[in-house]
Amino acid sequence: MEKKELRIICPNGHLGFAPTKEESFWIGAATKPDYYCCDSGSDDIGPVPLGQDISTSHHEWQKHDLELMLVAAREQNVPMIIGSAGDTGSNSRVDMYIEFIRELAKKHNLKPFKLAYFYSEVDKSYIINKMEQGLVVEGLDGRAHLNMDDLEKTNRIVAVAGVHPFIKALEMGADVIIGGRSSDAAIFAAPAIYHGFPEDQAYYLGKVLECASFCAEPYAAKESVIGTITQNDVKVIAMSPYQRCTIASVAGHAMYERTNPYFEFFAGGMLDMTNCVYEQYDEKTTRVTGSKFVPIEGAVKVKLEGSGKVGERFIGIAGIRDPYTIKNIDKVIQWSRDQVKERFGETGYEVYYKIFGKNGVMGDLEPIKETKSHELCIIVEGIAQTVEAAEEITMIATRQIFYARLPEVKGTAGTAAFVIDEVLKATPAYIWTMDHIIPVDDPMELFEVKTIEIGN
Amino acid sequence: MKTVKLVDLAKTIRSKNAGTDKITFDIIFREKDNYEMVKASKAITIETMAKLYGIPIERICDFVEYDPANAIKFTIYRSRPSGSPGEGDIFGCQQYPPLLDIEISIPEKEEEK
Repeated sequence: MEKKELRIICPNGHLGFAPTKEESFWIGAATKPDYYCCDSGSDDIGPVPLGQDISTSHHEWQKHDLELMLVAAREQNVPMIIGSAGDTGSNSRVDMYIEFIRELAKKHNLKPFKLAYFYSEVDKSYIINKMEQGLVVEGLDGRAHLNMDDLEKTNRIVAVAGVHPFIKALEMGADVIIGGRSSDAAIFAAPAIYHGFPEDQAYYLGKVLECASFCAEPYAAKESVIGTITQNDVKVIAMSPYQRCTIASVAGHAMYERTNPYFEFFAGGMLDMTNCVYEQYDEKTTRVTGSKFVPIEGAVKVKLEGSGKVGERFIGIAGIRDPYTIKNIDKVIQWSRDQVKERFGETGYEVYYKIFGKNGVMGDLEPIKETKSHELCIIVEGIAQTVEAAEEITMIATRQIFYARLPEVKGTAGTAAFVIDEVLKATPAYIWTMDHIIPVDDPMELFEVKTIEIGN
Repeated sequence: MKTVKLVDLAKTIRSKNAGTDKITFDIIFREKDNYEMVKASKAITIETMAKLYGIPIERICDFVEYDPANAIKFTIYRSRPSGSPGEGDIFGCQQYPPLLDIEISIPEKEEEK
């Protein structure tokens, strides 16, 4: 178990979201890394997949990426670790990945190996119980503390695992680990800590590797990178022939998707990057020293993500080309809204109009107030409690753009162009109801690790 | 004194979700000189960014000048969590373009270079 250094390959910043690029993966695999690790989920994708319990990635891409890693890792007889299985890390996604691994083991006729897995879903009764005992479930990012109303509106909750269940799985002798929702950096930090490397370096290793080639330049996703940890530094190298890990790309990556480039929070503590020193180690490698892990004082706090259903949803699409109608687009939308209101009243539904060519992408944040486009596309989103109502509301809202009553319009045969004269059923609408942290007595109490033999 | 657009000085200008409730903006420079010049110009501050995006100052929850990466970074609260009904940009990755055209004043000596 004593190692002077540990090398971990990360082939993809979000396994399955888009297929891993194979060339740089095999270049990396040929160097025989000690671990194959990858994160497969994010809260970036919005609340729908978690709420509806689906993946947003294509199953064939998920299998493709798992296959690359499994074949290479088993060939070398080294561990492979996946966190946040299937985009959300819900229980059904963990089960699905285990099935994929089973199929792939059979396909490649792999020798038997031990798979460890853990679920991340949290039962509402667990949280209610804690709250009844007076425990405060703290809101993150300006959210209020959790109340019963938030819980009531929530359909599915996952807890975000730190290093603890991954370390436990390695202690149990796992060859392959399929994790529920996990902090991405923990997937890489866990094996480093398990092999006795300092937390100061281990968490930084995880932080820099979790998005794969996003820490290299020029910009390219889905290419492999390898991180090497020793007792006092972390080195990261790009595997793609046309990418390098530079001081700028590695230091710049610390900022990515984070509010603050100096601090990163985990279940169990905080990574402080304030005093990080970056050096160009060789042409493709950057060396980092000076990162610091500050363990939390008192109880470990675990992040909870919750998604709640708003309603059934349809999408309508309308195009507008007449300059007079474009000039009066706000009146057109008001007309359409009024027609929905006339039939469905004021409440019990939601309808949104995204006007592309005006401010469809940025909404109220759009500083350009004057619309200069010669054509507009309006995306109508209608939400209601039943499929039938959502369909009808979206259809009225879309079709009434066609019947907008403008006093001086020349085109009296229809004020909108349709790509298709129907509305499209979308996955129901959800909202993030929870982004909170809960203190726990034991960091393992939300994540029970189990093992199974594959290939027997 | 002349001015130049931020897009012609920065290597990377991007926006992205930071968790479910925030969008973070990164402006990264390849050359330290350009980074220092933009900082000194005071064209990018909490106040100017609030004005550009038409939001109250309280919606900007973080503003950092990050020297290790020659970068200016700020973060805003979303009006609703990402992917809520009515969402126009689930990933928050197309909210940066207004930054491209920010005019940066260049001091005389820089101009001569």
